Amino acid sequence: MAKNETKVGQEVPLSGVFTPKQEIPVRLYFSVSVLTGISLFGLWALLTYGGLIRPDFLAPPHMVVVAAYEGIADGSLIEHTVSSVVVIFSGFILASIVAVPLGILMGSFRIVQAMVEPVTNFMRYLPVSAMIPLLILWIGIGIEEKIAVIFLGTFFQQLILISDVSARVLKDLIDVSYTLGANRRQVVTRVLVPACMPGVMDNLRVTMGWAWTYLVVAELVAANSGLGYMILNAMRGLFSEVILLGIFVIGLLGLLTDQVFKLARRLLLPWSATF
Amino acid sequence: MSILEIKDVTVRFETKNGQLTALEDISLAIADREFSVIVGPSGCGKSTLLRLVAGLQPATSGVALLEGRPIRGPSVERGMVFQSYTLFPWLTVEKNVQFGPTLKGMPSAERDAIAKKFLGQVGLSGFEKAYPEQLSGGMRQRVALARALANDPKILLMDEPFGALDSQTRSLMQELLVGIWERAHKTVLFITHDIEEAIFLADHVYVMSARPGRIKKQVQITIPRPRTLEVLTSPEFVAFKRDILDVMYEESVRAASVRPI
Repeated sequence: MAKNETKVGQEVPLSGVFTPKQEIPVRLYFSVSVLTGISLFGLWALLTYGGLIRPDFLAPPHMVVVAAYEGIADGSLIEHTVSSVVVIFSGFILASIVAVPLGILMGSFRIVQAMVEPVTNFMRYLPVSAMIPLLILWIGIGIEEKIAVIFLGTFFQQLILISDVSARVLKDLIDVSYTLGANRRQVVTRVLVPACMPGVMDNLRVTMGWAWTYLVVAELVAANSGLGYMILNAMRGLFSEVILLGIFVIGLLGLLTDQVFKLARRLLLPWSATF
Repeated sequence: MSILEIKDVTVRFETKNGQLTALEDISLAIADREFSVIVGPSGCGKSTLLRLVAGLQPATSGVALLEGRPIRGPSVERGMVFQSYTLFPWLTVEKNVQFGPTLKGMPSAERDAIAKKFLGQVGLSGFEKAYPEQLSGGMRQRVALARALANDPKILLMDEPFGALDSQTRSLMQELLVGIWERAHKTVLFITHDIEEAIFLADHVYVMSARPGRIKKQVQITIPRPRTLEVLTSPEFVAFKRDILDVMYEESVRAASVRPI
């Protein structure tokens, strides 16, 4: 690239893949994406089948497939997956139910902001794992504790992000509503809330991703099911194929929820341009 | 008879750099069913004046009266069209226009008739089910105008509503507005920094001074109606323009030497 870079005074050719922000053909885009996937898989296969890494540390692809098959056959993989999905969704939904309305109010009412923001800014820098001992003391080691970990991991982030969405709603949009006869309550319910919805949906999608990243932390202590538990348990026996399987399943579920969120946004908010 | 009276109004803002006087001792009387335009250099406080009438900006001292009653806050009596696009993006064009009537609890058949009528007036029949996102800037401002009119306000406030549009679209919008006004004769208070726009639209032009804003000159525009864009080149139009330009030029020079907000 540097070799054929133009010198001062020469005309700059604005085509080709090394031009910033330049579109490339769709086929090229997909070819490169697929190629990356195949290369990573190839590297994995080379390292394992080539005997460069012991299977205890990195299992070869076929062993992961076998582990998946066995997990499905005896029902354990499904059980772990269901258990994790229940924890993730319970924590995420509970956090959202509180964070969405509170965030919208926080972004548009200075009094709510004054009340909530200092605590939020303190809490959101705390590693959730630091809270686990307290959570165990307070609510024990059942599923509630795991849900609480997901809740704490997502709630404060959601609150800040959604408050920001609410703060960015144009003042003119609020003002015009008053001149059309809306009172303060109607301005909130009929204007502020709907105006926040696209931003809320986008940030729920982003924080859903973060909720998944807390799964292993949530299932670190006293779990007896779940994908995080499955991974931690496999580590003790050096079953690297099960660890890899757990990672793949979490990745796939994450991808799936992301698509569901995108679809929901398109269906629920057809009026707002999507990314 | 004047419908709107502004009496000795002063508006001051507290800023980081101290106090800022946006309006000082402004007095103004707007006649019923007239088209009044306030023109002034940027930053002269003309938008503050309009927001004051809308009830969105309290006065530091003095009072604004609509039909003799002091204005204390925004209400349906005073509809407003903003320079920025303020359509509700989640509502269709039709539902946007019906926003005010819906709040009043008007039955849906009546609401539909109102949307039909005013969308017809602004030339947007057939766009009822479109979303704002799908419209051009000029079309959005036409819907905003229809939405304000649909609420049947006593006075229509317009804050540089065509300021963000390209000049061809702006001319068409001015002609459309003049046409609507000549049929409806609603009281309009219109703000702009564009002198031609002011003369073309107005019965009365009020020229505002640079900050702190005061009314520096009042000109009655006697160009006969109905007006079309052709009057822009007529001798009387040019005479009005020269007259106002002289005052404005002085003020723009002054405005340029005043520190911005």
